[in-house]
Amino acid sequence: MSAVAVEGLRKSYGALEALRGVDFTIAPGEVFGLLGPNGAGKTTTVEILEGYRRRDGGRVEVLGFDPERAGRAFRERIGVVLQSSQLWPYLTVRETLRIFAGYYARPRDLGEVIDLVGLGDKRDARVKTLSGGQKRRLDLAVALVGDPDLLFLDEPTTGFDPAARRAAWDVLRGLRSLGKTILLTTHYLDEAHNLADRVGVLVRGRIVRLGRPAELVAASATVEIRYRADGRDVAVRTDDPTRTLHELTGRALAEGTQLEELEVRRATLEDVYLQLVGEEDGEPAP
Amino acid sequence: MRLFLHQLRAEQLIFWRSREAAVFVFVFPILLFLLLSAIYSGEDDGEPVVNVLLAGLLGYGVANTTFGGLAILLVLRRENGILKRLRSTPLPPLTYLAAAVASIVAVFALQTGVLVALAVLVFDADAPAHASALLLVLLLGAASFAALGFAAASLIRTGEGVSPAVNVVVLPMAFLSGGFGPARDLPAILAGVAEALPLKHFVVLVKAAALAGEPPWTHPAAVLVVALWGGAGALVAARRFRWQPRDEG
Repeated sequence: MSAVAVEGLRKSYGALEALRGVDFTIAPGEVFGLLGPNGAGKTTTVEILEGYRRRDGGRVEVLGFDPERAGRAFRERIGVVLQSSQLWPYLTVRETLRIFAGYYARPRDLGEVIDLVGLGDKRDARVKTLSGGQKRRLDLAVALVGDPDLLFLDEPTTGFDPAARRAAWDVLRGLRSLGKTILLTTHYLDEAHNLADRVGVLVRGRIVRLGRPAELVAASATVEIRYRADGRDVAVRTDDPTRTLHELTGRALAEGTQLEELEVRRATLEDVYLQLVGEEDGEPAP
Repeated sequence: MRLFLHQLRAEQLIFWRSREAAVFVFVFPILLFLLLSAIYSGEDDGEPVVNVLLAGLLGYGVANTTFGGLAILLVLRRENGILKRLRSTPLPPLTYLAAAVASIVAVFALQTGVLVALAVLVFDADAPAHASALLLVLLLGAASFAALGFAAASLIRTGEGVSPAVNVVVLPMAFLSGGFGPARDLPAILAGVAEALPLKHFVVLVKAAALAGEPPWTHPAAVLVVALWGGAGALVAARRFRWQPRDEG
């Protein structure tokens, strides 16, 4: 049975159709990345799965519960990191976690959770003295303290500098080894590529691609060939790079010219993504 | 019950750790009492003025602490996402709200104890004539103003706005209601306003219990006004109280 199953999920805010039939599943123990530009519907999707928002249509099952009607038993088993939320600034890390631990029937050991998110040397520091990255790791610790089966992380590293992002990734990789199912939203491609087993690309309320990061790249096997000719940059996209390259170089040799700064590059997840977002944004509004 | 006590302990820790809140909500009425008792002396209407001030400041205390303190706490926690986060945990919402009310009422109880002790020990006020009647009145007031605190929190939109909004209501109401000393010679229109608000009636009940030793049911009209305001507050809160920040749909 899947940890999360979403079928034909729809949600509108007034005239705005935020979700227009979203389908995906997440297997137990899987790290699933929901990737998309701002306003694509990532947070709406996640908040419906968490039970914060009601859906207009479609079927949603999370750990066997319908989140709209689920109660304490459901909340015992999920951990939530919201996109933006604060904690009590004057309490220490340990005090904050002790309060949250008290809500759960079987909480994790506090020291273990603190070490897991790398706040060991900050356990007695007041929350207001933590850096942005450390606060975000405390958010994660709060979500973990109930020992959830399923973890929702809504843009866990937005606003981080590169070093803090790398540190957060290390922590998140550590969670994978605990066997937690994780639903991660992000608009950073490298984050999805580095952390997720599978990625769903959400654009304008619809999943436009679904698969392993490497599959997504392979599926659009486009290769880009770049060179300079007559002082101008030329970029050629091709699905048959051997032939295209042969034709280009053959012509250049025949004409006695050079393909200056010749470069052959496989598409990255970023290329795939930008192409998908571009295609979707180009279509007329519904 | 275990969860309620856990949350009550948490609320007390959070309250006293936040100096600004503790000073504004807990100390302020006590400070005003000391100040006013130092300024005014003698008698008012045949009653030592310190007795009148004690009754008035208990009134200001209930409005400032259970109404204002609760409204501020709830709005700030809603707007910074703490309420929303709590909703994702197994803590039942009603347990959380009950603990928040119990915690602020505990703060008010302590404040009342300090006020009465200061008045009796330092300023030679009379000990409350009818202690159990006074307790009953204070509980009624705390419940009613806490309900109004929920209503205010439901109507106030931003964290920046909550403190000014609360004080714009509480301070004038306290002046008109005799919270800071006698308010007998008010212009008719202001007297009418005071009459319609709950605080004046609460101060009447406090005076009756503390000074004349009269239990609250000897003033049924005052009890009714305080209770009606509390009921109206509860109704507004039940319809409008939100757990998520205002800017989220």
